[in-house]
Amino acid sequence: MLDVQTNETEGIQEFDAEAVNSKANRALYESRKKIHPKRASGSFRKLKWWIMAVTLGIYYLTPWLRWSRGADAPDQAVLVDLANRRFYFFFIEIWPHEFFFVAGLLVMAGVGLFLVTSTLGRAWCGYTCPQTVWVDLFLVVERYFEGDRNARIKLDEAPWSGSKIFKRTSKHVVWLLIAVMTGGAWIFYFADAPTLAVDLFTFQAPMVAYTTVLVLTGTTYVFGGLMREQVCTYMCPWPRIQAAMLDEHSLTVTYNDWRGEPRDRHAKRIRKAGKPIGDCVDCNACVAVCPMGIDIRDGQQLECITCALCIDACDSVMSKLGMEKGLIAYTTLKEYGANMQLAGVTEDSEGFGPVPAEAPSAVRSPGGKLVDEVEHVSWNSVIRPRTILYSAIYAAIGLALLWALAVRDTLKVNVLHDRNPLFTILSDGSVRNGYTVKILNMTGTNRSFNLSVDGLPGAMLRLAGSDAAESRQLIVDASADELEPVRVFVRVPKSEIASSRTVFTFETAAIGDEDKTSTEAHFDAPEPENK
Amino acid sequence: MSEKEFDAFTGTQTTGHEWDGIKELDTPMPKWWLWTFYATILFSIGYMIYYPAIPLVEGSTMGISGQTNRAALRQETVAIEEARREIVAGIESKQLDDIRADDHLNRFALAGGASLFKVHCSQCHGSGAQGSPGYPNLNDDDWIWGGDVNAIYTTIKHGVRDESDDDTRFSEMPAFGADEVLESGEIASIAEYVLKISGQEFDAAEATSGEALFVDNCTACHGEDGKGDREQGAPNLADALSLYGADRAKLIAQMNRPKHGVMPAWGTRLTEAGIKQLAIYVHGLGGGEKSAAE
Repeated sequence: MLDVQTNETEGIQEFDAEAVNSKANRALYESRKKIHPKRASGSFRKLKWWIMAVTLGIYYLTPWLRWSRGADAPDQAVLVDLANRRFYFFFIEIWPHEFFFVAGLLVMAGVGLFLVTSTLGRAWCGYTCPQTVWVDLFLVVERYFEGDRNARIKLDEAPWSGSKIFKRTSKHVVWLLIAVMTGGAWIFYFADAPTLAVDLFTFQAPMVAYTTVLVLTGTTYVFGGLMREQVCTYMCPWPRIQAAMLDEHSLTVTYNDWRGEPRDRHAKRIRKAGKPIGDCVDCNACVAVCPMGIDIRDGQQLECITCALCIDACDSVMSKLGMEKGLIAYTTLKEYGANMQLAGVTEDSEGFGPVPAEAPSAVRSPGGKLVDEVEHVSWNSVIRPRTILYSAIYAAIGLALLWALAVRDTLKVNVLHDRNPLFTILSDGSVRNGYTVKILNMTGTNRSFNLSVDGLPGAMLRLAGSDAAESRQLIVDASADELEPVRVFVRVPKSEIASSRTVFTFETAAIGDEDKTSTEAHFDAPEPENK
Repeated sequence: MSEKEFDAFTGTQTTGHEWDGIKELDTPMPKWWLWTFYATILFSIGYMIYYPAIPLVEGSTMGISGQTNRAALRQETVAIEEARREIVAGIESKQLDDIRADDHLNRFALAGGASLFKVHCSQCHGSGAQGSPGYPNLNDDDWIWGGDVNAIYTTIKHGVRDESDDDTRFSEMPAFGADEVLESGEIASIAEYVLKISGQEFDAAEATSGEALFVDNCTACHGEDGKGDREQGAPNLADALSLYGADRAKLIAQMNRPKHGVMPAWGTRLTEAGIKQLAIYVHGLGGGEKSAAE
């Protein structure tokens, strides 16, 4: 299936491209048919280069950013410290009990996807999904060594030779290098990057680091190099979920058949003859650039990731022909439907019927311009109750998280009362209760705390295991960024015990700053005798 | 399916199944999916060859790895013991008070002691060491044989009234009633006096006559003020706590026919380091006393 380019009379390249996933070519089990996407150029391709540079830059460079948190805390800007159960993100530090921040971010990510999908359709798939970005990167490598679409098809069909072996080997080696770097970058999020990098190359790093790199190298190479569109079509659940979120106001990449049909390779000749003919010259440029192997002119379909490269391809053809751009364009179903009706297409429960032969004269004025009745995409498709609601939820969660962050405690105290025994009677008749007091020093400095009790008359405190005498208050040291558990005994003389359960508070105050907190606890005793 | 049916809209073959007018499409599966499925079958065969897998009447096929959970556990246990060797040796060689002063060793001893206690001691003393009548509460500060860490260590190592150990803690209270040393009325008087010194309600007249009897019969062991003598293992009678109960009836019963609890000597059953860890754990429960200055 050699891709013959015939230079047509109009100077437009034509492609003998067949849509791999076109309706007719299906069997029970299907081998993957290799797709050879041609490089597109245009505004969307330019946008995608920028997004690729930014997202890859963020991924590879973030672990190397430094952020000073004082001598006792790590200085990596973004760090998931699994061993110590801490998450650092620039000025934010999250402890396990604050995991709701992460849950909140995940909910925001979910609502964000709803918002984006309901307005821009599958923009995530087409522009920012790692699968799309890495496939794009792998295609750059493939194109560098093997050339563009036609050269690659030729190379596939060519017998094995020295140059073919060289091209293939180089491509796979570079792919593997990228894959190793991808896996390598991942682990730097979980440990101090400069230290781990040295350990990694001197074979001092823990086994789990090498395993992770190996697994991610494998997935990157296989998904990005070998499987590509198969991942989106067969493995990813997101395309199916998104179908439920799109509505008639969502932007999708659409072939506007109301102005394209009837299509013909000899459109110019037919138009000269004064017969109505659509704008599509059937050059197949949109099929040639498609990384998913579909023909967008078949209509909306599951495989389409809305990467918009067919828009770039078609727009350049339309420009050369001196026609309006946008034969393939981001359109909503609402505008598309209105224009289809304008073109005289009938709609029933099965969908739109075929475009009638005289449609071009219905949408174009005799001068050749599109008539004013043709609807175009407007901001109204973006701003509507549904998207306003999504935005409001998104903003509400975001503001709530910001508020929680602003008032975040830097000192927290948890008190666990001993359950066995609940209380101990001592030889002088006084009663002792035991507590585990956990002091969470959520700052970057070592601090000391005054621990005392309030609401428990006559109470005396003592640290378990200490030979020191009892006192009214204790001093407890807690290291920076650490949870300090201390066992505390509280003793109350017999004369002060009024009931079998007394509620009181532990008062914890930092020495040297204003941080303090009070934590409720209770004191158990035997039922006092009636006097 | 006899005849192939194709969906008009998509052109895809259907499975022939229909629900409420909706027909199921038989969309082709990707070949790689099929190969992945075959690969998992191959993996399972390899897995069955390598690991124990097929159950037999007794046991199972062992596989070429010979892997058993028991062996894996043993390996892990050995590795943990290996890792702890140094710290256990430190506990074994050091004095109890020095271990307590060393934060690292002390933490290890408290944790290890807690675990040993649950295994060996909780049957009598309770899982929280709270005791029960006849089995001392180890949380309180009333110690019959001494409450500093070295005394606790000796008690654990040699036990109480354990005949198999020559150094065992031993004390025996005479059976004042059963052996007819005292009349039952005299015993009742002494009980009133003990109620008095332990801060409970008592009969004043009886207690006065009981005091004289107490001085004659009890002070040799329990001391003149009734505060006991740890050298002899004589309990303190003048506090709020008692091992066998301190109401009138229980006091009389104990004087008539005393109960003598037994605690096994753990020296032959636990390692030296284990006993030290237990001593430090029990000492840390709250009633532990300071070691006497040497």
